[in-house]
Amino acid sequence: MSEAILSTREAAPRPALSWRGPARAALPWLLPALLLLAWQAGSMAGWIAEEVLPAPSAVVAAGWTLAQSGALAENIRVSAWRALTGFAIGGGLGLALGFLTGLSRLGERLLDSSVQMLRNIPHLALIPLVILWFGIDEAAKLFLVALGSFFPVYVNTMHGVRSVDPQLMEMGRAYGMDGPTLFRRVVLPGALPSVFVGIRYALGIMWLTLIVAETIAANSGIGYMAMHAREFMLTDIVVFSILVYALLGKLADSVARLLERLCLSWNPAYRGA
Amino acid sequence: MDGMLAGARAGVAVRLRGVAKDFGGPAVLQGLDLDIPAGQFLAIVGRSGCGKSTLLRLVAGLEAPGGGTLTIGGPGEDAPPADAVRLMFQEPRLLPWASIQENVEVGLARGTPPALRQVRARATLAEVGLADRAAEWPSVLSGGQKQRVALARALVSRPRLLALDEPLGALDALTRIEMQALVEQVWRAEGFTAVLVTHDVAEAVALADRVVVLDRGRVALDLPIDVPRPRRHGDPALAATEARILDRLLADGR
Ligand SMILES: Nc1ncnc2c1ncn2[C@@H]1O[C@H](COP(=O)(O)OP(=O)(O)OP(=O)(O)O)[C@@H](O)[C@H]1O
Ligand SMILES: [Mg+2]
Repeated sequence: MSEAILSTREAAPRPALSWRGPARAALPWLLPALLLLAWQAGSMAGWIAEEVLPAPSAVVAAGWTLAQSGALAENIRVSAWRALTGFAIGGGLGLALGFLTGLSRLGERLLDSSVQMLRNIPHLALIPLVILWFGIDEAAKLFLVALGSFFPVYVNTMHGVRSVDPQLMEMGRAYGMDGPTLFRRVVLPGALPSVFVGIRYALGIMWLTLIVAETIAANSGIGYMAMHAREFMLTDIVVFSILVYALLGKLADSVARLLERLCLSWNPAYRGA
Repeated sequence: MDGMLAGARAGVAVRLRGVAKDFGGPAVLQGLDLDIPAGQFLAIVGRSGCGKSTLLRLVAGLEAPGGGTLTIGGPGEDAPPADAVRLMFQEPRLLPWASIQENVEVGLARGTPPALRQVRARATLAEVGLADRAAEWPSVLSGGQKQRVALARALVSRPRLLALDEPLGALDALTRIEMQALVEQVWRAEGFTAVLVTHDVAEAVALADRVVVLDRGRVALDLPIDVPRPRRHGDPALAATEARILDRLLADGR
C-alpha cells in the first residue's frame, strides 16, 4: 500500500516529495535529535549550568544507576500500581454510574446534578483535606487518582449512552431484543466511542494527579524519587524522573489507543492510519 | 428462489376493526376498518402525515392501538410468534459494529442454534445477492446494498407478514426498480402477506395486488390491481390506475 503511494510520488514532477521510506519515518525525530545534540554540546561547553539542567548523558547515567540499584523498577512499580488501582476504582465507578444515569431517567434525576456540582471542584484543591483525612498513606493517593479519573469517564459514558441512535434502539425492540440483549448489542457498542474519549482523558488526569500527589505527599514512587533528589540537588535524577513520567503517560495512552482501534474497527474513523 | 426460502409458511391475514390512534393530540387514525387476506400484497399510499407509518407500526406491534381491534391471523388461528411479523424501515438501520452476516442474524428468533443461524443468514444473504459480502462492515456498502441487507434481516426468520415502510424511498431510480423486482420475487416465492407503505404511486401499482389510499385516518379508496404478473413497466392498465389514484390524492389536498 504505502509503496504504491511512494512510487506515485516518485513519479510526480516534484522531486522534493520523493522521500524514501526510512527517511520519511525519521523526519519527525530530526528536530528533537538536533535539540538533544545542542543541549549536550551546551552542557559540555559549560554554557548550561549543571544545577539548572544536567547534560543528557548525565541524565542517562543517572537512569542507568537507578535501574541497576533496583530503585527505578521499585518506584515505577509503586507508581504504576497507584495509578492503575486508582484509575480502575474511579473509572469503573464512572462507567457504572454513567450507564446508570444514561439509561434511567430516575438515575439521572437522582445522581446527575449532584455529580455535576462535585465536578466543579478541582480535585487537586482537596489535597490538604485529603492529607488530613488519610495522612500520606496509599489511600490518599488512590482517592485523588480515583476522584480525578471518575468524572471524565462518567460524563462521557453518560453522553455516549444518550447519543445512541434511537432508530437502532427501535429496530432492536422491533426485532425482539430484550433489555440485556439491547444493552449488549446496541447501547454498549453505540456508547463505546464516547467511553473511550472519557478513558483517554481520564488517563491524562490520572498521571497528572499522581505526579502532584507523589510530589507533595509520598515516601515512595517516581514523584518521591524526584523530590528526594531535589533535596540533594541531584538534577539529573529529577530530569530523569520527569522523563519516566512522560514515558509512562505515553505508554498508557498508546495502550488506550490500541484498545480503541481494536474495539472500534467497525468505525471508518478509527480504521487504518 | 428455491433453496432455503422455498416452501416457507404461507402468509397470515390481518384484520382491523374501528382502529383508532392518537399521540395525545388530534386522532391520527380513527374508525379504520381494513381486511388484508393472507398472502396479499397490499400497498398503502396517502399524503404525508396521514398516518401510514402509524398504521404500519400498529400492525408490526411496535405500538398498541388506542381503540378498536387489530387481529393478526385468521379466525380460530393462534396469534403468530413475534418473529413471524417483520418490519422494514425507510432507513437500513443496520448495526454499524456488527458484520453484515451478524446484522442478518439479528432477524432470527432467539434460541436459534448457532450453526443454523450461520446457514440461514448466509442463505438469505445469497437471496438478496450479497453472499460474498457477509464478513464486511455495513459502512462499506452502498445505500441500495444496505437496504438489501435490511431486507435479508427482515426475511431471515421467514416472516408470515412483512411490513415495509417506504423502504426504497431513499434509493436512486435504477436501484429502486431492481429492489422492487427483488421484493416481488421474494414475496412470490415465500407467500407472506406484504404491506408496503410508499409515496410512489407507480411503485404501489406495479407491485401490489391492491392499493389503499389513506386519508384523515380512514380508508379513502380501495382498489384491486388485477393486472397479471410479471408486470411490464408502462403497462397502460397500470398507468390508468395510477392516474386514478393520483387524482384521488390530489383531490384530497383541496
Ligand atoms: N410518536 C409520535 N408522537 C407524536 N405524534 C406522532 C408520533 N408518530 C406520529 N405522530 C403524528 O401522527 C401523524 C401521522 O404520522 P405518520 O408518521 O404515521 O405519517 P405518515 O403518513 O407516515 O407520513 P409520511 O408519509 O411523511 O411518512 C403525524 O401528524 C405525526 O406528527
Ligand atoms: Mg411515514
